[in-house]
Amino acid sequence: MEAVIKTDKLTKRFGDFIATNNITFEVYAGEIFGFLGANGAGKTTAMRMLTGLSTPSSGSATVAGFDVYRETERIKKNIGYMSQKFSLYEDLTVMENIRFFGGIYGLSDKAIKEKSDMLVEQLGLASEKKKLVGALPLGWKQKLSFSVAVLHDPKIVFLDEPTGGVDPLTRRQFWDLIYAATSRGVTVFVTTHYMDEAEYCNRISIMVDGSIKALDTPYNLKREFGVGSMDEVFYKLAREARRSAD
Amino acid sequence: MRTIRFLLEKEFRQIFRNKTLVAMIMVVPVVQLLILPLAANYEVKNINISIVNHDNSDYARHLITRITASGYFRLTSLNTTFDEALAHIESDEADLILKIPRNFEKNLVRENKQKLFVAVNAINGVKANLGGAYLATIIRDFNQDLMLEWFQPSRTSQQPVIAVTPTNWYNPYLNYRLFMVPGILAILVTMIGGYLSALNIVKEKEVGTIEQINVTPIRKHHFIVGKLIPFWVLGMVVFTLGLLVGWLAYGITPEGNLGLLYGFLALYLLAVLGLGLLISTYTDTQQQAMFIAFFFMMIFILMSGLFTSIDSMPSWAKVISRLNPVSYFIDVMRMVVLKGSGLADIIPHMGAVFVFAIVFNTWAIVNYRKTS
Ligand SMILES: Nc1ncnc2c1ncn2[C@@H]1O[C@H](COP(=O)(O)OP(=O)(O)OP(=O)(O)O)[C@@H](O)[C@H]1O
Ligand SMILES: [Mg+2]
Repeated sequence: MEAVIKTDKLTKRFGDFIATNNITFEVYAGEIFGFLGANGAGKTTAMRMLTGLSTPSSGSATVAGFDVYRETERIKKNIGYMSQKFSLYEDLTVMENIRFFGGIYGLSDKAIKEKSDMLVEQLGLASEKKKLVGALPLGWKQKLSFSVAVLHDPKIVFLDEPTGGVDPLTRRQFWDLIYAATSRGVTVFVTTHYMDEAEYCNRISIMVDGSIKALDTPYNLKREFGVGSMDEVFYKLAREARRSAD
Repeated sequence: MRTIRFLLEKEFRQIFRNKTLVAMIMVVPVVQLLILPLAANYEVKNINISIVNHDNSDYARHLITRITASGYFRLTSLNTTFDEALAHIESDEADLILKIPRNFEKNLVRENKQKLFVAVNAINGVKANLGGAYLATIIRDFNQDLMLEWFQPSRTSQQPVIAVTPTNWYNPYLNYRLFMVPGILAILVTMIGGYLSALNIVKEKEVGTIEQINVTPIRKHHFIVGKLIPFWVLGMVVFTLGLLVGWLAYGITPEGNLGLLYGFLALYLLAVLGLGLLISTYTDTQQQAMFIAFFFMMIFILMSGLFTSIDSMPSWAKVISRLNPVSYFIDVMRMVVLKGSGLADIIPHMGAVFVFAIVFNTWAIVNYRKTS
């Protein structure tokens, strides 16, 4: 299997504090990779290194074949990113946000038009497309973030808690979007605190205090820990954590 | 280029959607230009005056007493030649020269007409100009006294007149506002441009939208240029509004070429906005950016030569003012608006401001990090 993300002892320190500690893993093309861990485990920090937003302190990694130290701008052409904190323009409308980011990614005017019509339709945002994003409910904002993240047909999309604080129905719809993306060949790297969502992933890793403590398919993990649900796997690992939410 | 188009589109949408901001940009300069020149009207005492007296008459002595007794003037020297008095101006000991011509008394009595000559020290312009205005008033009063003294109730025909011809070339009416308004406009444009740009990128950091930008393959200089242009346009608009207020409220129209003024402004705004963006790249919150921008603005304004003439500052302060873009703008404003200076006169100013623009913007681009 082709690995689109490869890390080797990837580490990020903030002063004396090691946020992400020697993580080594691979993510294969086309899979949904679940990146689990309690609050403060270091998920966002790891993801920021992989998306070229933050330079690692040590270790190495490639994303879509490009080096995270030297080729961040080439990585950025090949990935989409939906950050944990909503980061689209609240004072622009749905369509204006899509248009802006489409333009930044270098899409043609025609492509922008087609894409935005399609996305708005697919997300069920048609009636809201002229509304300012700030006025939308969280679930819709998240869907819009997702669509901006996949607008330019990236090879890999990074989703940092895309369904945090979202109602169960919207969460379902959200996962439909994720599946639709994978069916187009997009690799999905996703963090979540919902264990039912963990079950939807092809493989998952569980981080505790900056280190990866387990990495396998949900099925194998449950077998390995001798439990019936991902909830219990997570609980067994995460209760050893020293760090707490920040 | 296409990227910049999308950036501009977005930036302008955001600006125009922010109604308070638009109102502030439009209303604040107008109101300030209407109020500040009135408030900034201050009195100066101890104006140093050199008097060249060519007329050894009672009237001349009387006038001199009047001047020194007014409380505004300090008599630096009583000279016999104009060149001697000029030396006092050149060494900065005197702010003004009053020349009383030969036969002052005689002409006044015989012909009921006499001219006095006032020269002001352009170096300490504010003080000298105000001094000139006071002097004109004193002479006018003196003139009236003469009338009272000479007037017979029956002889109402010719009144003796002393005409004051100040060589106050660039501000012939000694209008303090004429002197202040261009400078105040320069400062308003600087403040609005500087604050808007300083607060802009850092606002994107604060609300987190910069993350979504930084994760795209956008080029850094595109991003900065996309931020620069909208504020550049706004700066032009504010300046134009200010010129209109200057014209409508104070009747000030530039003596020099308007195109030249805008040409300089175009460069100047790049420098000021570059500094704002630079501040934006160094700070993490709007509050920090505000404080730093405020710090620079205070120094720039106080050392700009608007209120105190740069030439009368100590030499260390002169060095700072040379590093102060605002001082160049105020200078150019006064030169072009009041004196009607041409391109050749302001080339050095343009050069300096051009260097500022290059340095600040390059620095801002380098310091803006997409990867932390
Ligand atoms: N810029 C920073 N400077 C200092 N410490 C930081 C910085 N960013 C993150 N940290 C710390 O690193 C640790 C890991 O943070 P991170 O955001 O990666 O966790 P997370 O797994 O994403 O948590 P959550 O589930 O709450 O999002 C936390 O303790 C956090 O306080
Ligand atoms: Mg996180």
